[in-house]
Amino acid sequence: MTNSWTDIKNTDLVIIMGGNAAEAHPCGFKWVTEAKANRGAKLIVVDPRYNRSASVADYYAPIRQGSDIAFLMGLINWCIQNDKVQWAYTKAFTNASFLVKEGFEYHEGLFTGYDEEKRDYNRDTWEYEIGPDGYAVVDDTLTHPRCVWNLLKQHVSIYTPELVERICGTPKDKFLHIAEMVGECSSPTKTMTSMYALGWTQHSKGAQNIRGMAMLQLILGNIGVRGGGMNALRGHSNIQGLTDLGLLSNMLPGYLNLPVDKEPDFATYMSTRGFKPLRPNQMSYWQNYRKFFVSFMKSMYGDAATAENDWAYHYLPKLDVPNYDILRMFERMKKGEINLYFCQGFNPLQAFPNRAKLSEGLSKLKLLVVMDPLQTETARFWEDHGVYNKTDPSSIQTEVIQLPTTCFAEDEGSLVNSGRWLQWHWPGGSPPGEARTDTWIMAQIHLRLKALYARDGGAFPDPIVNLNWSYKDPDEPTPEELAREMNGSALVDVFDPNDPTKKILEAGKQLPGFGVLRDDGTTASGCWIFSGCWTEAGNMMARRDNSDPGDTGAYLKWSFAWPANRRIIYNRASCDLEGKPWDPSRKLIEWDGAKWTGYDVPDIAPTAKPGDVGPFIMNAEGSGRLFVRKMMRDGPFPVHYEPFESPVANVIAPKIVGNPVSRVFKDDWKQFAQTASPDFPYAATTYRLTEHFHYWTKNNHVNSVLQPEQFVEISEELARDKGIALGGWVRVWSMRGSLFAKAVVTKRIKPMTIDGKIVHVVGIPIHWGFVGAARKGFPANVLTPFVGDANIETPEFKAFLVNIEASAGPAVS
Amino acid sequence: MNMELSRRSFLKTSGAGIAGTTLGAFGFGEAEAAVAAFIKPFHLANTTEARNTCTYCSVACGIIIFSKGDLRKGEKADIVHIEGDADHPTNRGTLCPKGAALRDIVKSETRLTQPMVRKPGSDRFEPISWDAALDKIAHAMKHDRDANFVATNKDGVTVNRWLTAGFLAASATTNETAFATYKVVRSTGMLGFDNQARV
Repeated sequence: MTNSWTDIKNTDLVIIMGGNAAEAHPCGFKWVTEAKANRGAKLIVVDPRYNRSASVADYYAPIRQGSDIAFLMGLINWCIQNDKVQWAYTKAFTNASFLVKEGFEYHEGLFTGYDEEKRDYNRDTWEYEIGPDGYAVVDDTLTHPRCVWNLLKQHVSIYTPELVERICGTPKDKFLHIAEMVGECSSPTKTMTSMYALGWTQHSKGAQNIRGMAMLQLILGNIGVRGGGMNALRGHSNIQGLTDLGLLSNMLPGYLNLPVDKEPDFATYMSTRGFKPLRPNQMSYWQNYRKFFVSFMKSMYGDAATAENDWAYHYLPKLDVPNYDILRMFERMKKGEINLYFCQGFNPLQAFPNRAKLSEGLSKLKLLVVMDPLQTETARFWEDHGVYNKTDPSSIQTEVIQLPTTCFAEDEGSLVNSGRWLQWHWPGGSPPGEARTDTWIMAQIHLRLKALYARDGGAFPDPIVNLNWSYKDPDEPTPEELAREMNGSALVDVFDPNDPTKKILEAGKQLPGFGVLRDDGTTASGCWIFSGCWTEAGNMMARRDNSDPGDTGAYLKWSFAWPANRRIIYNRASCDLEGKPWDPSRKLIEWDGAKWTGYDVPDIAPTAKPGDVGPFIMNAEGSGRLFVRKMMRDGPFPVHYEPFESPVANVIAPKIVGNPVSRVFKDDWKQFAQTASPDFPYAATTYRLTEHFHYWTKNNHVNSVLQPEQFVEISEELARDKGIALGGWVRVWSMRGSLFAKAVVTKRIKPMTIDGKIVHVVGIPIHWGFVGAARKGFPANVLTPFVGDANIETPEFKAFLVNIEASAGPAVS
Repeated sequence: MNMELSRRSFLKTSGAGIAGTTLGAFGFGEAEAAVAAFIKPFHLANTTEARNTCTYCSVACGIIIFSKGDLRKGEKADIVHIEGDADHPTNRGTLCPKGAALRDIVKSETRLTQPMVRKPGSDRFEPISWDAALDKIAHAMKHDRDANFVATNKDGVTVNRWLTAGFLAASATTNETAFATYKVVRSTGMLGFDNQARV
């Protein structure tokens, strides 16, 4: 989230698209209710189903899953055509005025530089024109044909209300009603918030869905303000924290990234990470990258990371492909290229697409290690559960070790919520039986491995034997020790670079924040963005003062928010060019003539003059990007692409199947249904229920009583066509597998008309499996396609094709 | 106000006997006061409290865990009840149907209680000691890493990667656990390292 849950009370308009907060985030959704009750805020829901959020919405419109970009580009087009743009904000705070290089073009779904064979672009023209002064060339009048604003205007011009209706199935009058509600928020004193979740991410163009809304929010002036923002609701209790800490195949903590093969040494690695400002006076805060990197390496490797060895640069593995993401790992597993796999609190047999393929992969491992508080299907993938998991255990040679871990109630430490708050918690109970903490288990693995390498040598032992593990009890580092390490400390006395007599940090002391980090090895910090969480003043994450001066919803003294305890990021953009709040009734910070002050920690240097320095300090431009340059693989502007399995051809580019740059493995192409396939005529989607959390709560008796059994949801019209009765059994199948479930026949789903064709939607909740307290059932992933988002490889769970028939139910053996 | 302090001082001044009066002064109606007078002292006098966060979604509702036994005194603690934390700014004491049933996931019959191994070709799990399990894991890692570690690529560039092993990290563990996990996994050169955020 750019903002926070408690900030939603400040909004005038909530748009829930790509999520269903009332169902999946009920206690956070209460802040929407609060805004409606106390501010008269309105709620719009756009979703294929009339869902729980829609049931309390002021306005609902249906949309076909996988067509959100057409809708969003349609909204941007409508706002431009109808002058619903916050002009002062757009001109000053976005890259609207920047000129794009000559040669950049877009035709029928593709940008310049497409290579069909590689399924990739040469993105060289997707850049700004750079002037003789080294800065990007801008045209403040927005008249130059190659300025971002005019390119955007042209790009979105095809997405008329009529085209939106053809692609999305949203009736034109409903689309226009929503456009008018949204357009009102272009006023400096009205704001809209976007709440989204997996409904936008789980597509082969998920990242571009989100960009589409971010662009709309920028031209409406809704980023950085109270009640505005792009608010990713996020999933698990610490999914934000694990993302922040870089437990991803291409990341280091704090959004630094791993080196690639083309970066043989540290100097080459740093050469593309200079982040020189693209406009005069801009902060371009990533210019400090080297400080973050070196401090991280000191945290990892202590004295073994030196200036002479480039801070142990070679201890980091290099990537030869963009990602060793989970889809790639299961593809490799299936080919027999993986021997050893660990699942820590993760149940991939349920959580990734095409379960048959996952099962085949797991069967080819030598050793699978599962660390979990609960039984999981993954740990028991070899076990025969008849129709629910048909196996022959004697033919599966994978050894499985299952280790019992503590759960939240028995563990101490911090979790990061969607609003970036790091909240500390304390244990309340003793672990059951022999269960141990994950930290203890990881320490045991490390210490044993280190002892083996110290004794016997082996392949490049250095990063293992030199890993900084200076904990009081090496067998089990404490949460406090680890938190202090992430915050960082001074390794020696550190002096002011401008005044060598002035000591600014004392050796061994905790750092006050990332502003003092050094690139000379004198500071260590495990995760720079968390710096400030455990200072000399103590554990900032454990703070529990719930006062809220000005009733802004900021709660600055409750826990700690990254970065720097800031509650709304980009908050400089809440003020105009003179530094006065766009909306005085929603003041957040302001320029007092000498410095920035207010209810939140300013997201700008405290003395940066308002007219000089742009609010988007992480960007070299200083402004928000309507045109994202070459930073995304599938285009500098979002384009409507159909899902890989679609009931209709792409209206704007009929030859393009799916996202033209998504990675698809050879065997998986064969398992996609053809566009408009008569064998798989129905558009399926997956979703969650409020009574269940993924595949966990089926282990919980109460939740299993509340929702005991799997079902699929279909319209009355489809039920009539197929002779399916409410509560009767159905079989649903795709190119990859099939499942049995009870039918919920409902008015919540209606057939849609897409480009003249009637399209029926089949809704499939995800929560069932073959272990736990609930009735056995089939996870939705027996059906879903093995393909991910073009930029980050999140699987396309939200849009695929199935067939359905009435059935007698699973054969009982 | 600082809720930790106020709550503690409230506890100090309100023994079971005077709790009703204190609550009355807070403006509770008589009936609520009677219920509160009965329930609160029961919670507070007979159990220890721990502030925690709901383990499910990232709204991160504040919860209070009530246990018999006090971990801080080195005792065994048995969780008897979990409820929403009224002081928490986000959820203000409320919980959803998942959060309201949190105690049942802690106490689930399918909680794991001892290390187990399923041998190749077997149709069952059997117990294994922690030591034996961890030794087996460490040896398997060393064996595989030594056999398959890629020190340089075909162009002779040092790449130091291990591609035949992978690790999926939890997304409901703490930052502290995640950081310890990061250090251990990344130090081996493993690249197939991801978490639930990938979904």
